Parts: sequence; C-alpha cells; structure tokens
Amino acid sequence: MDILTWTYIIVGLTFALYIGIAIKTRASSTKEFYIAGGGVSPLANGIATAADWMSAASFISMAGLISFMGYDGSVYLMGWTGGYVLLALLLAPYLRKFGKYTVPDFVGDRYYSQTARLVAVVAAIFISFTYVAGQMRGVGIVFSRFLEVDINTGVIIGMIIVVFYAVLGGMKGITYTQVAQYCVLIFAYMVPAIFISLQLTGNPIPQLGFGGTLNDGTYLLDKVDGLLTELGFIAYTSGSKGMLDMFFITAALMVGTAGLPHVIVRFFTVPKVKDARKSAGYALLFIAILYTTAPAVGVFGIYNMITNINGQKIESLPTWVQNWQKTGLITIEDKNQDGMILYQKDKVKNELTIDKDIMVLANPEIAGLPNWVVALVAAGGLAAALSTAAGLLLVISTAISRDLLKNALAPNISEKSELLYARMAAIFAVVVAGYFGVNPPGFVAEVVAFAFGLAAASFFPIIIMGIFSKRMNKEGAIAGMIIGLIFTLGYLIYFKFMNPELNNKDHWWFGISPEGIGTLGMILNFVVSIIISKFTPPPPKHIQDLVEEIRIPRGATSAIIH
Amino acid sequence: MNNLKQEDHSRSAYWRANIKILAGLLLIWFISSFLLGIVFVKELNQFRMGGFKIGFWFAQQGSIYVFLLIIFYYVWRMNKLDKEFDVDE
Repeated sequence: MDILTWTYIIVGLTFALYIGIAIKTRASSTKEFYIAGGGVSPLANGIATAADWMSAASFISMAGLISFMGYDGSVYLMGWTGGYVLLALLLAPYLRKFGKYTVPDFVGDRYYSQTARLVAVVAAIFISFTYVAGQMRGVGIVFSRFLEVDINTGVIIGMIIVVFYAVLGGMKGITYTQVAQYCVLIFAYMVPAIFISLQLTGNPIPQLGFGGTLNDGTYLLDKVDGLLTELGFIAYTSGSKGMLDMFFITAALMVGTAGLPHVIVRFFTVPKVKDARKSAGYALLFIAILYTTAPAVGVFGIYNMITNINGQKIESLPTWVQNWQKTGLITIEDKNQDGMILYQKDKVKNELTIDKDIMVLANPEIAGLPNWVVALVAAGGLAAALSTAAGLLLVISTAISRDLLKNALAPNISEKSELLYARMAAIFAVVVAGYFGVNPPGFVAEVVAFAFGLAAASFFPIIIMGIFSKRMNKEGAIAGMIIGLIFTLGYLIYFKFMNPELNNKDHWWFGISPEGIGTLGMILNFVVSIIISKFTPPPPKHIQDLVEEIRIPRGATSAIIH
Repeated sequence: MNNLKQEDHSRSAYWRANIKILAGLLLIWFISSFLLGIVFVKELNQFRMGGFKIGFWFAQQGSIYVFLLIIFYYVWRMNKLDKEFDVDE
C-alpha cells in the first residue's frame, strides 16, 4: 500500500480511538470537568502530563532545531525538563494539598483578593492563547503535509476533533485521550530513531548511538564536528551563545515550565499529595524518553544531510532527497552550475537549504523503513499537537467559567449551569484558537516563546512565595506580578516588534536575549513583592493558617470536598 | 492546649526537615545543569566519555538523567519523612 493510504488508515484509527475514549469518559460534574474527579492514578497522570507538555514543536521541530544549533540547543533540553524538578519539589505537592481547581483559584484565595485573582486570570488566558494558536497551526501543517489537504481544512478537522473530546470529556476525557496520544507519539518517535541509530552506529539505543562510532571507527560527534568546521560552521559540540545568555534562557524555560497553568493544573487531578510528587517523576520520565532521544536524532540528521547531499551530483541524489524536494523542505539551487551540490555557511555560495522539520519527518525514509512507519509519524505529530491543544483549551475554558463567572461575576450559578458554561467556554476557545490557526498572526512562532517568559515572570514567584512565605501579602503579590509582567512584556515588545533591527547581542541588557529575559522578570517579581510586603500589613490569620495547612500532606483527600 | 503546642512544634520541625531536603536537591539540580552544562562546559569538554565530551554530554543528556534521579529520590525521601512526623495520608 502507498504512504497516503496507510496515513488515512492509521490517522483514522487513532482518531476513532480518541473519540471512543472521550465518549466513555465524558464528564458529568464540574469536578470531573475541571480535575477529572481528582481520581487519576499517578502513572496515568504522568503519561497525560507528558503528552500535554510535548507539543507539535517538540515532536516535529525540536530535533531539527538542535541539529542546526548544536550545543546551543541544550537550552531547550535542560530548560524543558529541569522545570519538572521545580514542579515536583516546590509546587505540585502543595498545590495538590490546596485542592482547588485552577491556578487563579490558588492566587485569589491565598492572596485573599479578587484583584490578584483577576490579574492571574488575564495572565492564564493570555499565556494559554498564545500557546494554543501555534498548536492549531501545527495540526493544519501535519494534515497538509501527510494527507495532502489544504492547511486550513486541516485546522478545521483538528478543531472538530478537539471540540468533540474536550467539550464532552473535560479534564476527564482529555486525561485518558492524552494517555493514548502519548503511546502513539512515543512509538512513532522511537521506531525511526532506533533504526537510524542502528544504521549509523550499530547501536539500537539512540542515547548511546549518539556517542557511538561510525563504520570507519571515528566517533559520530567528532565526525560531525569535523564536517561542520570544514564547511565554515562552528563545531557541533561548541556554541555561539554567550554563557550568561545560555544561563538566562535555560532558567527562563525551566521556571516558565513550572509556571505554565496547563501543566500545573494536571497535578490537581491525582488523589493524594504523595501521588502529586510521584506523578511529576513519571511525567519527567516519559518526557525524558523523547527529550534524550531528540538530540541524538538531531546529530544523526545533520550527519545524514551533509554526507548524502553535500558534494553529490544532482542527478544521483537518493530518492528520499528528491521526494522531500517536492515539499519544499529541501531546496537545491546549483548556483555555480557545476552539477554538484555545495553546502556552506557562506550564504552566497551555499546551494542547499534544509527545513529543520525534515530531521524527524524524513527519518523513516532515510532508514528505509516501510510505508506504514511514515504514516505512524504523521499520527504521532497529530497526537502531539492535539493533546497539547486540548490541555490548553481546558485551561482557557476553566478560567472563564470558574475563575471569571463562578468566583467573580456570578457566584450564585448552579453547578449544572457552571458545567454548561464551561462547555460553552471550551467551544468558544476552540473557535478562537482555530481562527488564529487559519489566520496566523505573523508573530505566532515568536509569541510561543513569550509564554514561558511571561509564566516565569508572573506565576512562578507568587505561587512559590504563597507556599514558602507566610508573610507574603496581597499588596506584594499583586505588585510583583504586575511589575514582572510589564517588565518582561516591555522588553519582548521593544526588541521583537518595535526595534527588531536592534535585536542583537550589542543592544541587549547584559547580553540577555528576549528569550531569557523572563528570568530577570522573575527576579524583579521576587524583589518587588518582598519589599512591598515589608511595608504593608501581614496577611490575616486565616490565610496564615491556610499556608500552614498546605504544607502538611495529611488531609488532602478531604480538602477538595467543599 | 499542650497537645496543640506539641503539634505546632512537630509541624515546624517537619517543615524545617522538608526545606533541608529541598535545599540539598535543588543544589544538585543547579550543579548538574547550570554549572556542569553551562558555566564549566569548556573545561569539562577537555575530558571525554566514549564519543562524548563531558560538558556537552551533561548539557544534552546527563542533566536530564540527574533530574529524574532527584525527583524519584525526593518522592522516596518525603514518603519516609511524612511517616516519621506522622503527617502521611
């Protein structure tokens, strides 16, 4: 069977599975809709968190991104995994003990202030929308690449699927579909990676093949270092970013990860405090399987590209190169008319342009794997995009129905109508996200990176202080959140939109790029809120008791019944 | 009254023990990523482990393995601590 038929079969089967799960696990109460009834096992929650976390970008683009960045790409690997240590140690157990449904719930209650709640709602909605727009676009791109449909049709098909299981199932439905989606995506990622590793280094474990030797006995990494320096690039294992910038970007991604509402909320779904801790460990384990494989796939990819294409005659290129040329992901232009392809750092001489996504997408063909594996990669990319989109949409709908309506504007609505509003909010969120998927604002890619900086500069410090300091009061928290947000957003807007021509090392403050500025925003948030709280009255007694209470694991099961 | 005071006392002892565990683990977290993978990467890259330069390996592999060990150790240690202070669920 050809690739297209296989793709229709496998994608069709996985979609049927997701919908089947959604129907079986549909939510019947707000508690089920918001936190899956609080009864998810730590293992299932860990898997669901991993699927929630790993987006289309992690699945399709990250390996390629790293293969072009080399050592500099480490910021993503450390940044997007190290945040789970912060989550497990500093946030998840205490927020689980607190026992309510959302991040703004915690901020509003702990800081005994509707203003704090509203600032948190706005930040949560803003962060989640910027993130979800990119996901819907990702769904469209995967559809168009593999099923040969228009990108916009792809976005709409994706919207319909997500509406179906997010609206019907709420958190409960999403959790169990995410478990299925993780299985699809990790299988689709690992099979080609294992075969490529075997082919190049003779070692079936990509993490080891990464440091293994090629047929000629040289180490793969040394070979790639040599090839790249010959072509005028810097060596793969050394970087071009400044040390301080690497430091700040890594920290911003770590802290941002720990502050993202769609990740935090997953830890509300397990029954006990100790389950929340364990579940964070499982989540990182399942994420690490992909994240330790990705840099290996990156180096395999760049090696294959250079050795198969550079210096080859145009008419004798491997068939997979010719196939991917049709999609525009590989473009070849014989500038010096010698019938050979030259890959060079020098843009004037360079004749080969490779899209980063190819490093994952072309792997099955490079490894000579059967057509059904190519189809599986398509299903994996879709699983990654849909699972993340669903998690984000749930945060948005919860923020609207619970934090805005139930807790602020209309506290007297019944549970039944709150559930109805939650579903309507989910539909609304999908439609808005779909709109941005069809008409992507030019800055979507840029904005996704902002989500981390903003989460780092707003949520992380005030949640940490809400748990670890009994003295932190509403004045300090509100001031810290607002200053952190404004500073970070201001720096980002200044360099990304107002003065993009100044966006380089010479103009950045202390050499910190906009990607890393969230770390400074976070520090500023801490400093401002501590100073302000010193000069304002301490929180009331019942809040100090609440802080005492969330620090002790016992009693978590009863905490959510109220 | 006495009982309540005792409970307060044991609660703050539990919290102090918890902070101590956290501080140690976060120090390891910081060393394995920020120090070994970023600040001292050049120095460490002079040493090798098979095909890997050590600094590069920490930045792209080792730090992630250390993160995993940190969390699972923390889970085990906290379960023990919860029992010791009789605050487990």
